[in-house]
Amino acid sequence: MNKIGKTKIPHTTPRYSATFSNDINSDIRRAAATGIYDIRGGGAKRKLPNFDDLLFLGASISRYPLEGYREKCETSVTIGTRYAKNPIELDIPITIAGMSFGALSGPAKEALGRGASAAGTSTTTGDGGMTPEERGHSSKLVYQYLPSRYGMNPDDLRKADAIEIVVGQGAKPGGGGMLLGQKISDRVAEMRNLPTGIDQRSACRHPDWTGPDDLEIKILELREITGWKVPIYVKVAGARPYYDTTLAIKAGADAIVLDGMQGGTAATQDVFIEHVGQPTLAIVRPAVQALQDLGMHREVQLILSGGIRNGADVAKALALGADAVAIGSAALIALGDNDPIYEEEYNKLGTTAGAYDDWHEGMDPAGITTQDPELMKRFDPIEGGRRLRNYLKVMTLEAQTIARACGKNHLHNLEPEDLVALTIEAAAMAQVPLAGTDWYPGKPGTSY
Amino acid sequence: MLEFDLQENGLRKLNSALHDQKENSNQTVWKITNPKGSHAIAVGIDAPIEVNIEGSTGYYCGGMNKQANINVKGSVGPGVAENMMSGKVVIDGDASQYAGATGHGGLLVIKGNASSRCGISMKGINIVVHGNIGHMSAFMAQSGNLVVCGDAGDALGDSLYEAKLFVRGKVKSLGADCEKKEMRPEHLELLEQLLSEAECDAKPEEFTRYGSARRLYNFDIDNSDAY
Repeated sequence: MNKIGKTKIPHTTPRYSATFSNDINSDIRRAAATGIYDIRGGGAKRKLPNFDDLLFLGASISRYPLEGYREKCETSVTIGTRYAKNPIELDIPITIAGMSFGALSGPAKEALGRGASAAGTSTTTGDGGMTPEERGHSSKLVYQYLPSRYGMNPDDLRKADAIEIVVGQGAKPGGGGMLLGQKISDRVAEMRNLPTGIDQRSACRHPDWTGPDDLEIKILELREITGWKVPIYVKVAGARPYYDTTLAIKAGADAIVLDGMQGGTAATQDVFIEHVGQPTLAIVRPAVQALQDLGMHREVQLILSGGIRNGADVAKALALGADAVAIGSAALIALGDNDPIYEEEYNKLGTTAGAYDDWHEGMDPAGITTQDPELMKRFDPIEGGRRLRNYLKVMTLEAQTIARACGKNHLHNLEPEDLVALTIEAAAMAQVPLAGTDWYPGKPGTSY
Repeated sequence: MLEFDLQENGLRKLNSALHDQKENSNQTVWKITNPKGSHAIAVGIDAPIEVNIEGSTGYYCGGMNKQANINVKGSVGPGVAENMMSGKVVIDGDASQYAGATGHGGLLVIKGNASSRCGISMKGINIVVHGNIGHMSAFMAQSGNLVVCGDAGDALGDSLYEAKLFVRGKVKSLGADCEKKEMRPEHLELLEQLLSEAECDAKPEEFTRYGSARRLYNFDIDNSDAY
């Protein structure tokens, strides 16, 4: 007789619920203790199908590559060729997405302008108006026209190199902005015409138009005010990309900015960020299809954003038909956001470098997403601009490396045929074959 | 006086000519004939000129105006004087939705009635309506003054910030965080001035003032029913 059965009844190892995970349980406890939904910055943190699920095939016997350091691979892009007298000429197809002064400090906005200008690309204002620092340091500045119209005025409108009418944002399709009282400093309050220290609630809809027919008239008005000189972009969240792109084209947009759910926000409800919208990978093909169906591909430019991180992402976005990409969160990381050098201070805030997302509280140790004068001093806009320029250059070199390997002398010559997908989901979303097959779900002529 | 036939010459020529006028322009009085409901008439002007529009207009007449006096001898479509910075826009007839939306300054006078969302998100503009206004007027209004000589529709001043609302007639209902306020001498003085500028013979004493209760200025779960 062995000893089994004579010992104490064994316990099973503690087993966590996949449904009630530690993360979920902490959400429940936080909600129960505070009575307020969780607000945070950034984009979707959940794992989503993304550009990592795609691979380039590279050259072979039937495709020959370009010599890496000898043969040119162009990167320029012109935006606003449809109606604007002065389209925007960019050296690289990577732009800086709209982020507000208020959400970001003045020096951080300056650094974005410095870095973008040095790399030959544009930066974008945000909810809160145009600051002199930003205009002064941005060779090409896109002025966002938002539902709140904070700081909106015809003089700044005419100083802009392009106007971006914001209908939606990938992090919160259908949601407005929110800047909590902690960040409404005297200067921010003055620019937004609000009392200092109160919560600022940006509307989710424009105050003076609804629907595509009105949008067409709104675009007409903005063109008349600015003398038809500058391009007018329309930014939409990746909610219904085929129809939104179609309607924006019909309304007269020069360019469409399409933002997937990995795209960041300064602050909104976590439940909104994680549960509304579509992944960036899923929205690009329907938008390109809409452009092609109307004969407007390359005539109306498509700028894709939401979780773009490196040159491979840029190359994949362009291969799927985008004309350019925009980066927001990645640009902030390049400036120093969530840098481990501030780990001790992140710990004091109850978090860790890489996970800090309470940007709305205005206590950013890196001095970027804050209006606190002492924290802002930590951030050097000249050094920040240099880091952003470096990062943009690296992304461009990476994208060129891939394009040359695919035999392309311009990034825009990349095409879906250069790609395969690692998963069936990615194959379906990107409409490129599952690796090792010639099939993707929904492929015309197939029954799946 | 310069006369401009809109149907004959087109919108682009009109706005371009108006934008060419500067501070010291001697072409100070303009007459626009045949507007025929066109959109974006006289938008983005930045000069102390007078523009008289002989008929009704479409959307955004006088949008983003600075300095100019614009008179419409008819009614206007949505968004008249939207985001106005300064100057004066006077409408003889009625105004559609969003009159004076997000306006930062200047005076908008509507001698007829204004539809819904009059003064939405206003940021310093003064608006005087001789008649009635529709629902959701002064929604999220930040600053400036809205004077209504007639009645106001549902949800007046919903989510109001620091704008002041004065209504002579009935208010169908107040929006979230909007409440009746005491009329102090400085308000009567302000009303006197605005009514005079708007050529309105109503008496300041006949009005009731409404403003923000400021309960929604910082989020509090106990006020969540208001959101």
